Amino acid sequence: MTELLLFNVTNGLIIGAFYVLMALGLSLILNLSGVINFAHGGFLALGGYLAYTLTPHVGFWGALLLSPLLTAALGLVLERLLIRRLYGRDPLYSLLLTFGLAFIFEDGTRFVWGAQGLPVSVPAFLNQPVSNELFFITYYRLFMVAVVAVAVAALFLFLRYSRVGIRIRAGTLDLETVSTLGVNVGRLRAINFGAGIFLAGLSGVLAGGQLGLDPTMGSGLLMPSFIAIIVGGVGSLPGTLVGGLLIGVAAGVTAVFVPSASDAVMYVLMAVVLLARPRGLMGEEGLMT
Amino acid sequence: MSAGGRTRLPVLLAIWAALLAAPFWLPLIGGYTALGTRVLVLGLAAMSLNFLLGFTGVLSFGHAAWFGLGAYGAGLSLKFLAASTPLALLFGTLLGGVLGAALGALIVHRRGIYFAMVTIAFGQVFYYIAYRWNSLTGGDDGLRGFARQPIALGPWHIDILNSGLAFYYFVLFCFALAVGAMALLLRSPFGGTLLAIRENERRARFLGIPVELHVWIAFALSCLFISFAGGLYALLNNFADPNNLHYSLSGDLVIMAVMGGMRNFWGPLLGAAVFVVLQDYVSSLTTNWMSFIGLLFVLVVLFFPRGLLGVARGKSAA
Amino acid sequence: MNGIGRRTLLQATAAAGLVRLTSPFIISARGDSPVRIGMVDPLTGAYAAPARNEVMGAQLAVARLNAKGGVLGRQVELLVEDSANDVGTGVQKARKLIERDNVSFMIGDVNSAIAQAIAQVTNEKGLLQIVSGGHTDPITGTDCKWNVYRVCNTTRMEANSVCDVLFKKYGPKWHFITPDYAFGHTLQSAIEANLKTLGGTVTGAELTPLGTSDFSAYLIKARSANPNVIILLVQGQDMVNCLKQIVQFGINKQIPVAGTQQELESLEALPPEARIGNWMFEWYWNQPDVPHLAEFVADIRKVNGGKVPTARHWFGFTSVMSFALAAAQANSIDSLKLAHALSDLELPPEVKLQPNKVFYRGGDHQLMLSAFVGEARAHGPQDPEDLFKVDRVVAGSDIAPPVADTGCTLHWPA
Repeated sequence: MTELLLFNVTNGLIIGAFYVLMALGLSLILNLSGVINFAHGGFLALGGYLAYTLTPHVGFWGALLLSPLLTAALGLVLERLLIRRLYGRDPLYSLLLTFGLAFIFEDGTRFVWGAQGLPVSVPAFLNQPVSNELFFITYYRLFMVAVVAVAVAALFLFLRYSRVGIRIRAGTLDLETVSTLGVNVGRLRAINFGAGIFLAGLSGVLAGGQLGLDPTMGSGLLMPSFIAIIVGGVGSLPGTLVGGLLIGVAAGVTAVFVPSASDAVMYVLMAVVLLARPRGLMGEEGLMT
Repeated sequence: MSAGGRTRLPVLLAIWAALLAAPFWLPLIGGYTALGTRVLVLGLAAMSLNFLLGFTGVLSFGHAAWFGLGAYGAGLSLKFLAASTPLALLFGTLLGGVLGAALGALIVHRRGIYFAMVTIAFGQVFYYIAYRWNSLTGGDDGLRGFARQPIALGPWHIDILNSGLAFYYFVLFCFALAVGAMALLLRSPFGGTLLAIRENERRARFLGIPVELHVWIAFALSCLFISFAGGLYALLNNFADPNNLHYSLSGDLVIMAVMGGMRNFWGPLLGAAVFVVLQDYVSSLTTNWMSFIGLLFVLVVLFFPRGLLGVARGKSAA
Repeated sequence: MNGIGRRTLLQATAAAGLVRLTSPFIISARGDSPVRIGMVDPLTGAYAAPARNEVMGAQLAVARLNAKGGVLGRQVELLVEDSANDVGTGVQKARKLIERDNVSFMIGDVNSAIAQAIAQVTNEKGLLQIVSGGHTDPITGTDCKWNVYRVCNTTRMEANSVCDVLFKKYGPKWHFITPDYAFGHTLQSAIEANLKTLGGTVTGAELTPLGTSDFSAYLIKARSANPNVIILLVQGQDMVNCLKQIVQFGINKQIPVAGTQQELESLEALPPEARIGNWMFEWYWNQPDVPHLAEFVADIRKVNGGKVPTARHWFGFTSVMSFALAAAQANSIDSLKLAHALSDLELPPEVKLQPNKVFYRGGDHQLMLSAFVGEARAHGPQDPEDLFKVDRVVAGSDIAPPVADTGCTLHWPA
């Protein structure tokens, strides 16, 4: 029993790490620009599919870097053409716009790559378990966790020490003041949006190595990220990190005792957090009412 | 709805005349009665949502949950309680309305994007329940094995089951009841208070209006109305399924309201008509219809944020 | 809608100046118009791939029929509507095809729930329907209808076709990974019944929600139960994700994997190393000495980007062909006459494309199609798409439970 519990907690942490990656991108955009990016799942799927197309040419490692970059580039274009117009307007409009984009993404992916699911090939040495005992920890999943850790560390260092990063953090707290101090808010938001989409693309490549590619794959992964943000607290990136890991572990623990409820538990967790602490675990009061 | 809050009489007459005659003019332009019924039901749903969105200024992006609960309530009532259409509608309305009111009490302090996120997430909770509770809801297969029942009106017996036409008029009657109730509420002092909250919540608060209480009542009423529409939807299909509660339907309902014109009482009905007909038409032509619907969302947001009626009437709102 | 009301109103509206200016719809004249077949399938959403393949098969059948003069001398027109994997939309589209387009026959849907919902509509309108790809038992069981026939298998047929093979090959202790909805539950209980007769035991069953992407928690439990074989009953994308993870975890090196229905769509979505296990196919494109098969494969390749037909292509093809066969026999396209003609109708070689006698059983309207039992393989020896090695082909009538056990009682209109 203890062994099974330990297995599932570890397993939950691995899954949670993946949620974190996706949720952080979503959270970045939400915090600075007040946009809930419904198309995040679409960007994720695109990242995976681009990796599928790129792998024969540049290999898995090349695709791992190139595909998120290309996805982010498309994100920047869309930000410039569409989303930029909605900053500062009723959040209703950005919700609807990205909701529509999600439709176009799903349809576009199906149009380009077909309705049939596709496999992404990962290097063979990643595709095996670490040991016979710990069979559920494959090198690929370890690698995923490592990528998430690096990405999270890079993001936090960037926000903490780089000039742009500090401005992004400041903008999250008080955009007006940042703007009056002469910072180009438009560019700040674009960079921030691009970074968020890069994380979505990266999640897509990583997901593609573990799951099959399917045009509808993004929408299924969107809701856990949402809940990770709400549980962790809107406006707080560390909160998102904690939230994602927490729902992963909660699902893992539940899987031992009530397997059928393992995916329901994140909703329960969200409800409990909202009742006990409406702003989320690490959300700041007043930041997002 | 202009500042006075009334649609002028000739316009009103024209709307009702068009709705009453719809089964007869629809086939002439390539429509069919069931399409008209669907427009009415989703139009009522969008108008219910707009009661909150357009007239109270609160953005719920999870209203499909209450719509779907209404559908399941009606279906469960027909299947397990009694073979009565009015009872089914009552039960569905109460199921969605009561649960909506309960949740509303928890979240009325939130606003804006946070409110939207919480409504989406909680809406998905109910989606999830409908999806997983196989023994009661039929899970992914949906709830089936029930059918709307003929209405007994004294000596008359109206067969709404086998006559699509009779069912259209039954839905239109229900629609009229609900829309009438909504209009009365909006014209009452309560409706005036809601508008005041929408226009300037802070000022409303300074005036001593219990804002949270009013928002909560508006939320609950909106849930009640949309559950009623959901009940009708279950009767339309003789079926309820989890997609009725999914957030993508919430998105569709919001775009209907916005596209038609949020600040106009009849806007969402127009939006629903355009959306339903367009989707029905385009999806017959191309399998890539999702791109067209997605494009519609984008175009509405960029070019018609006030909606079709908002454009037609210029600055009639505010 | 009666003719008189329609006409009077036509004049009335014309007088009112309500012209069809705004209408994008095209209304074609009736009379000696083509025979219209309606097809509702989820062309978008999770089942888009199998649904599109069914449509392709149906289109080939229509093209072939028209090349030979159509049905009863009238050309055939196939009207395809997307149910978007949503029951409400599916019902709406069925009503549209019936009320507006006056189709004479209905095909659909891959999604069992939508298929059943549409069956309610076609039954109410008295229209013949063939369920092409929805597997849930009640369609030709407790919920069977005089106007509804089905091409694809029932879950009990699937279970009966493979259980003895798996039992002999792997042993008595089985563990299930079951999709948590009606289809999965009935399939699992059908297999359990077989297993019990054979003298085996169930070590456990993991109920996974439809659309699960991560199966690791379930696989951890399944492995710790230490069964002789893990039986995968999930379908589509879930099957792909589950098999992929089983191989990544190396579970298949200790515990073999098997199941009932497998589809070429799923095997092609898997990387080669994950194409493993013992399964049954409902139809397979590579069979020796089957007349007319080569021609069918070649025709599909032409429209399918060079790819071979899957069982889904054959389902769509057979659905349309069955209508034509019934029409020829009944010399009518009246649904009641067609339904009687289909009863116990045997498919000719150019349609059945498989060995054994293939016929619609009169008692429950279920097609008695063969089951192809065999093993998945990483690479095709001659053709890259030959991913399944067929060990034996079982006749449908040998694996279908007797009509009395299906729970079906047909009520024909007076």
